[in-house]
Amino acid sequence: MVRGLGRAGLMLWGAIFIAPRPSKGVPLLIKQLYVIGVQSMIIVLVSGLFIGMVLALQGYTILVDFGTEDSLGPMVALSLLRELGPVVTALLFAGRAGSALTAELGLMKSTEQLSSLEMMAVDPLRQIIAPRFWAGVISMPLLAVMFVAVGVYGGYLVGVEWKGIDDGSFWSILQAQVEWRQDIVNCLIKSVAFAVVVTWIALYRGYYAVPNPEGISRATTQTVVQSSLAVLALDFVLTAMMFAS
Amino acid sequence: MLTRKIELLVGLFLLSALAAFLVLVFKVANVDVKVSDDTYTLYAKFSNIGGLKVRSPVKVGGVVVGRVSHIELDPKSLMPIVTLTMDERYHQFTDTSSVAILTSGLLGEQFLGLTPGFEDDDTSILANGDRIDDTHSALVLEDLIGQFLYSMSSKDK
Repeated sequence: MVRGLGRAGLMLWGAIFIAPRPSKGVPLLIKQLYVIGVQSMIIVLVSGLFIGMVLALQGYTILVDFGTEDSLGPMVALSLLRELGPVVTALLFAGRAGSALTAELGLMKSTEQLSSLEMMAVDPLRQIIAPRFWAGVISMPLLAVMFVAVGVYGGYLVGVEWKGIDDGSFWSILQAQVEWRQDIVNCLIKSVAFAVVVTWIALYRGYYAVPNPEGISRATTQTVVQSSLAVLALDFVLTAMMFAS
Repeated sequence: MLTRKIELLVGLFLLSALAAFLVLVFKVANVDVKVSDDTYTLYAKFSNIGGLKVRSPVKVGGVVVGRVSHIELDPKSLMPIVTLTMDERYHQFTDTSSVAILTSGLLGEQFLGLTPGFEDDDTSILANGDRIDDTHSALVLEDLIGQFLYSMSSKDK
């Protein structure tokens, strides 16, 4: 357990500080940004739209009883920015990209591609781990921002287009309530923290997977379970630090 | 060919993220009153500020002319002192102006309502760092109910 943590820490250290030369690293990073970021876009955008729409619908049925349905805008935007955006994106990201990373690395290990890289004097940390780590850390906040933007649009669709809340008051109350530092910057901080945790767990589980079919399947499951739990626990800690003043 | 397509898609990904970010910053978040040269500061002392917060708006007839930038307790009189950052465009309030803590709607957010005062020979325009003396504190609903109940019970006797 402690040894595992030590190995994971060393791997993170290596991924962050042993960066490949830009001429070689940038094409590798772009390839991984495509696999990790672009291919996760569809699921993140569709979930964002539906979660925004559902939030607006549920919020409307409650708020309309008090005659305060104009506050639907800030309700949707703040719950997306503060909690749902980073957290749901991280959970989707763990399921969509994290599991793929673990399976890929595990298969690379079982077919001994990692050890042949080492025999060719190529550091697998530099060639394989670092681009994937950075691609994950870069793409997740971007995905979370897209998730929130699409979710607010979903809330707008339900609230204004369907339920007939006034267009102007929806946006003006929204803008009066959402703050740059408190809400948007905290959303970005949260999603960067989740990105590091999810990508780290996925890479560690794949890199140290037992190189047989059973081991890879177990490592993939562990990635999804552990990163989801870690994200939820970390979210509580971060929320307590950011909003409980 | 394949790498070109990938590069194109990654570029598209980054661009759409940038677009989403700009939407969040300019459409969702508020652009606050800039704290730069084109503002001036006023102070006001209240006995109770209720639910007034930093960044609450200062309004004249419903138009936002400034924001609350700081709230602290005066160590001598133990009364809250509110610092107002006012827009330099509205720099023509006399020292007879008054501020009141008002609530938008029955349950809404609290804000500072500024009522411009009369102009006379002895009045002067409020300058940077001046204090507004005529203040009306927040209406605390619980106190109001308490007074109402008290007057009800004293009437019964």
